[in-house]
Amino acid sequence: MSEREPVTMMDAATRLDYEFTAGVAMSKNLHGYEQGKFIGQRCPKCKKVYVPSRGSCPTDGLPTDEIVELPNTGTVTTYCVVNVPFAGQSIEIPYICGQILLDGANLSFMGLLQEIPIDEVRMGLRVEAVWVPPEELGPTLASVKYFRPNGEPDADYETYKEYL
Amino acid sequence: MSQYPALTSGRRPVGVVSFAQYDNVRREDARNEVEMLMPVVTEVFGNIGITKDDVGFICSGSTDYLIGGPFSFVAALDAVGVWPPRAESHVEMDGAWALYEAWVLLQEGEIDAALVYCFGRSSMGDLSEIMAVQLDPYYLAPLWPDPTSLAALQAQALIDAGKATEADFAAVASRSRRSALDNPKAQVAYDRSAEELLAEDYEVAPLRRHALPPLTDGCAAVVLAAGDKAYEWCERPAFITGIDHRIETHSVGARDLTVSPSTRTAGEKAGVGTKKVDVAELHAPYAHQELILAEALGLGDGVSVNPSGGALAANPMMSAGLIRIGESARRIWSGQADRAVAHATSGPCLQQNLVCVLEGV
Repeated sequence: MSEREPVTMMDAATRLDYEFTAGVAMSKNLHGYEQGKFIGQRCPKCKKVYVPSRGSCPTDGLPTDEIVELPNTGTVTTYCVVNVPFAGQSIEIPYICGQILLDGANLSFMGLLQEIPIDEVRMGLRVEAVWVPPEELGPTLASVKYFRPNGEPDADYETYKEYL
Repeated sequence: MSQYPALTSGRRPVGVVSFAQYDNVRREDARNEVEMLMPVVTEVFGNIGITKDDVGFICSGSTDYLIGGPFSFVAALDAVGVWPPRAESHVEMDGAWALYEAWVLLQEGEIDAALVYCFGRSSMGDLSEIMAVQLDPYYLAPLWPDPTSLAALQAQALIDAGKATEADFAAVASRSRRSALDNPKAQVAYDRSAEELLAEDYEVAPLRRHALPPLTDGCAAVVLAAGDKAYEWCERPAFITGIDHRIETHSVGARDLTVSPSTRTAGEKAGVGTKKVDVAELHAPYAHQELILAEALGLGDGVSVNPSGGALAANPMMSAGLIRIGESARRIWSGQADRAVAHATSGPCLQQNLVCVLEGV
């Protein structure tokens, strides 16, 4: 034994597979994408609309049972120009990643911004969703191809300052 | 002047005043963890007519390995709603240990009440593989031993030592599943004799199907309250008079699996043997483990063991231990018992054990 080299390192590869349960509320949101719709839910107490909702209001701890269909338009609350390549990147750089606050929603989500020069993107930019063709719609946010300017004047900072 | 029992652990009387658990199911397909927890949290507050604003601390128990998502315990807080901000903590353990942390904080005296909750799902991944990841990463985990195989080694050791027989295992399972018939939250309940159960084939010898716990999705919650607050919310609080937890080496091969010295020590520290025990709820996922635990705790013939059916009736990961405390407390509230011993376990083959003694006045 003493003639052998000590073991200083070993590999122990681990792989665990899971089935994810979206949940009741998130399923409604995902099925909305199949129809080209943004489906959110409203808290019965604070009246905030979450899109997507995880089924509860994180502030009040109450079920967000009321279904709210949101429009196709929203505001860019903040954004980032992606210049750095990374593993698994599917979009050519540089591209713009924006936080989108849909009109009537109280939760923003991340979306791709296109049809605008990079140096013209800005906070408060008014945008609309561009969906994939109807035959490609599925229960995924990938059904939204990207967001693009809808031509409206920029939103007042006061209207979205809580959602940066 | 309110009456309190003498305390073996701590100086401030802290009582279990409310308990709720999910309908234990094999697989919850529709709801996510938040949606499972919300009705349970609502019930545990609703039972005693309070809201989240009445508790000064929240502590939860769960493990991200079951769900396969990082920080799932943070997301789970959405079920409570933590605004305005409040003190909160989490243990990567069964909810029984979250209760222990809350009990320690309540001893400090700054808060008077705490919410403890826990959740775990066995259906989202392969539990046999997930449980192997908790083992020693050099010598044991690379072999991917599943928990049933490890438990079978323990059961065989019991037989080899002449301490128990396969018929004893079947007797535990038969009694537990029969008791479970009275438990509306039980997932597996039946009236079958030990002889009948012994006719089953082995799952992993010497364990047959009846000696194994069910795979369960579930969650549970408890409210703890100190001193007068406990009486304000509960007519007969189940006061924690003793609580202690101990752990043994992670190396299964280095232990005598036929005994549980960590349970014995925890039981002594919690004062189990100082007075008569009416009820014991033991977290024994495998039937033979109840025999080891009963011996370690010195439980005599007069003790009603696992009247709920125990973990053989439903075994939601990270919750089955806290449920033992809740089931014990229920029997004190109702007057069925004056003194109960609740036990929770973690790790392979009863590696880590918590003992909680509950008393009513």
